[in-house]
Amino acid sequence: MLAAGDSPVHKLHPSAKLVVTIAYIIITVSFSKYQLNGLLMMIIYPAFLFSSSGVTVGTCFRKLRFILPLVLAVGLFNPLFDRAAMIKIGNITVSGGTISMVTLMLKGVFCLAASFLLMATTSIDNLCAALRQFHLPPMMVSLLLLTYRYIGVMTEELSVMTDAYSLRAPGQKGIKFNAWGSFLGQLILRTMDRADELYNSMQLRGFSGSFTYADCKRFDRRDALWIVLWILLFLICRFLDIPGILGSLLLGGFS
Amino acid sequence: MIRFENVTAFYENDKPVLNGVSFTEEKGETIGLIGANGAGKTTLMRTLLGLLPHEGLITVDDIPVSEKTLPEIRRKLGFVLQNSDNQMFMPTVYEDMIFGPLNYGLDREEVDARVDDVLTQLNLTELKHCYNHKLSGGEKRMAAIATILVMKPEIILMDEPTSALDPKNRRLVINTINEMPETKLISSHDLDMIWDTCDRVILLNRGTIVADGSAKDILQNKELLEDNRMELPLRFSNP
Repeated sequence: MLAAGDSPVHKLHPSAKLVVTIAYIIITVSFSKYQLNGLLMMIIYPAFLFSSSGVTVGTCFRKLRFILPLVLAVGLFNPLFDRAAMIKIGNITVSGGTISMVTLMLKGVFCLAASFLLMATTSIDNLCAALRQFHLPPMMVSLLLLTYRYIGVMTEELSVMTDAYSLRAPGQKGIKFNAWGSFLGQLILRTMDRADELYNSMQLRGFSGSFTYADCKRFDRRDALWIVLWILLFLICRFLDIPGILGSLLLGGFS
Repeated sequence: MIRFENVTAFYENDKPVLNGVSFTEEKGETIGLIGANGAGKTTLMRTLLGLLPHEGLITVDDIPVSEKTLPEIRRKLGFVLQNSDNQMFMPTVYEDMIFGPLNYGLDREEVDARVDDVLTQLNLTELKHCYNHKLSGGEKRMAAIATILVMKPEIILMDEPTSALDPKNRRLVINTINEMPETKLISSHDLDMIWDTCDRVILLNRGTIVADGSAKDILQNKELLEDNRMELPLRFSNP
């Protein structure tokens, strides 16, 4: 349970982390497809969170291993369609397609890492409490929370069924194709039954459609500062060509 | 007080699973519901909780169980499910315990005080902030009981409270049940536990009440138990 950590990032108000993550994703996505320079600066946010939250980069990439290939596949064909030369590094000419491919991949990886870091440093209940503070409809927030819980129930049942299958199919790798239909059907029926039981249990304890969330800590000056500073930094990265300025400074462009 | 008067209950589009069930449970009484698999023990509890449609009259403290009165009825009843995994759905024991009381509008300070009281009463203080999925079977069962006790129900329903527990945890649950002053309705196949905890026993078979009497009369009646696909409790069956 990464969200149960005790780092300064974990202690921030969930609303502050949510706002900054949303702002980060919007600003990251808004970079144009050839703006690789500026986009690279956006690594600051995930890098800072990794170093200060105790969540390791390895954990992040291990947890995201099934989604990352899909994200990396985005823009894979750009170099084939956009062959116009864009920059030259020594004797190597880099096409616009290659730059746009890398930009798209980085956007995906950065956004995924930021979302992962939000989830890894904030419990789902606190996150939902924050969403309610932003006046999102209770039904929508409850749906999000219940979906999250349902995934847990489903994976638990899946693990029990997979174990039962493999114990009666020694030496067999995975589940045979012709058993997929009944396996999936059983899985859905079992998870529906369990979800039904859980729902009954909730109803019997007074649940009437919206969760009463545990109290979040108070939103204080530190949380406000977190939001302001990060958004300011994102905007600077977005609208100023920091690598260009740094390059000019280093090469004496201002002299 | 619980009253069943000629109650018939159904699962959707199915034949009745409870047939003309009538009994009364007085305040403070502990009744053991026994019977073979499919006899209707759990169904009877689910009907009382309004989870199944029924015909006939069910009342809790003279309030008839109906769609309209369910919130009031459920506030009086606490149900400990057979499978604790289905009961504990929040990440930690503490969060699970505050779920019910907060839903009933209690303020946070009172809820926290109740949580501490119940955890002390059940000797579970060290589990307060533990993650539910990391608890052992026995700890989970005790925590599930704690989530119900913290709501201060007037009547406690327990479905197979000692199933899948080792002897030590089973004894712990039995002692806990005996220390609870509330009215209790306990369904189980564990007849020795029923003997240890209940004053009165109701024997069900195929959805009807076959016998209703003192634990002493029913649990020592070999013929009656065997006619209804059951056996004497172990303590009476040993030569």
